[in-house]
Amino acid sequence: MAERPLPAITPETRHFWEGTRAGELRLQRCVACAHVYFPPRPFCPQCASQEVTAFRASGRGKLYSYVIHHRPTPGFTPPYAIAIVELDEGPRMMTNIVESPQTPEALQLDMALEVVFERMTDEITLPMFKPTGAPK
Amino acid sequence: MKPGDVAIVGAAETTKLGVIPDMSNIQLHADAALNAMRDAGLKPADIDGIACAGEIPTNVAHYLGLVPKWVDGTAVGGCSFMLHVRHACAAISSGMCNAVLITHGESGKSRVGAIPRTILPASLQGQFEAPYGIMGPPTMFPIPVLRYMKTYGVTIEQIAMVAVVQREWAAKNPRAMMKDPITVSDVLSSRLIAYPFRLLMCCLVTDGGGALILTSADRAKDFPQRPVYILGTGESVETPMISQMEDFTSSRAFRVAGKQAFDSAGIQHSDVDHLMIYDAFAHLPIYGLEDLGFVPRGEGAAFIAARNTAPGGPLPLNTNGGGLSYTHTGMYGMFALQESVRQVRGSAPAQVKDVQVAVCHGVGGMFASSGTVVMADRRP
Repeated sequence: MAERPLPAITPETRHFWEGTRAGELRLQRCVACAHVYFPPRPFCPQCASQEVTAFRASGRGKLYSYVIHHRPTPGFTPPYAIAIVELDEGPRMMTNIVESPQTPEALQLDMALEVVFERMTDEITLPMFKPTGAPK
Repeated sequence: MKPGDVAIVGAAETTKLGVIPDMSNIQLHADAALNAMRDAGLKPADIDGIACAGEIPTNVAHYLGLVPKWVDGTAVGGCSFMLHVRHACAAISSGMCNAVLITHGESGKSRVGAIPRTILPASLQGQFEAPYGIMGPPTMFPIPVLRYMKTYGVTIEQIAMVAVVQREWAAKNPRAMMKDPITVSDVLSSRLIAYPFRLLMCCLVTDGGGALILTSADRAKDFPQRPVYILGTGESVETPMISQMEDFTSSRAFRVAGKQAFDSAGIQHSDVDHLMIYDAFAHLPIYGLEDLGFVPRGEGAAFIAARNTAPGGPLPLNTNGGGLSYTHTGMYGMFALQESVRQVRGSAPAQVKDVQVAVCHGVGGMFASSGTVVMADRRP
């Protein structure tokens, strides 16, 4: 089976992937307008300020929406959920849900999720999410 | 451009539609272009503007033997052709060129000479979506649907009705790929693709193409076909990542493009006799009806389920059968435009009576982009 596609890190996203490798989910905040945003960029997409900082997010959020894919996909065993988590800090990101059956019954919108880090290679660790309180 | 200053004077699809293994991607562009030139009574030497997506304009212009002095390669997915119409109107009305050819051709099913679809691993989508198992539009386009359903209390049965109603329109169209009637139960028992969506809520995958020719309305009466006047247009883009849509229950690009089109055309919703909304998946006409302002937010599904857009209903929608039942090569927007032109000309297989104003609304990518065109049977 072919492998799951992995990111190619760019200068603008390096802090994010260094963060996941260190067990941190890093978001960015604009110093000028306080906007918290994702995906990474070295400027604020709301006010264009180039004074931005990266910070460690809580890693908590809720299940915002998802599909459960039923067709063959390289690196995956269907059915599997492709999910959107809305982080407590505001931004949304795509993810997979681990430590949970991949069923509509188990995956209820707005359920609480928390980040876990799945090491793929020496360079890449992907952030994924599990139901809050689920054993890891 | 003032409303009606530019007109469509040539329009045609490829001679064959559906499965065309004996034509490559670029030949599908050419087949449609030759048919459109015949429709307009024009030769390649009469065309001085070219716009296309999928193939770059250089390829199509060279292949057809054109000498363009205006070129548009805007490629923002399946609604690129709506944007080409808008750009061509600006170019023609400002005197940059006289006759613009817009082409689409795609070997979406047979993949003969087809352009590979790739997500670059260093792009934002490659870094932040591709690792989570996205595999083509069916894994991405329906992602907002559960949030929409929960927000507005919409049921999967109501969404399934979109496919049922469009099949009724397709049944009237000899060129539609799928013509047999279907029920909500058929839709909900078809194969699961990406929960909550099943096979019959997803578009077809076909080969085909289409082409349009636009020129100044002052010349439009000299052509063999009844001119279709452009009243107004709109366009926008939002995000290449479905995960980053501002609002999962509404498309910003739809709202921006739609408002521009209605405002520039100077029309009200009650003026619209016929509507096309690009339906790559069953929820798109629902989002489209709401984001274009035909119904309040959250009421699109019930509006369709109540047969308002079905044959005999007050707002005929996707009367060719749509991407769900007519054809869907990959960039379906050209086929939506072709059906709008046929309806305004009065030559559609499922002809709606007395279409004076038609709205054609397109999407590109996964709610990534949008283009809207308002057409009319007369110059205001």
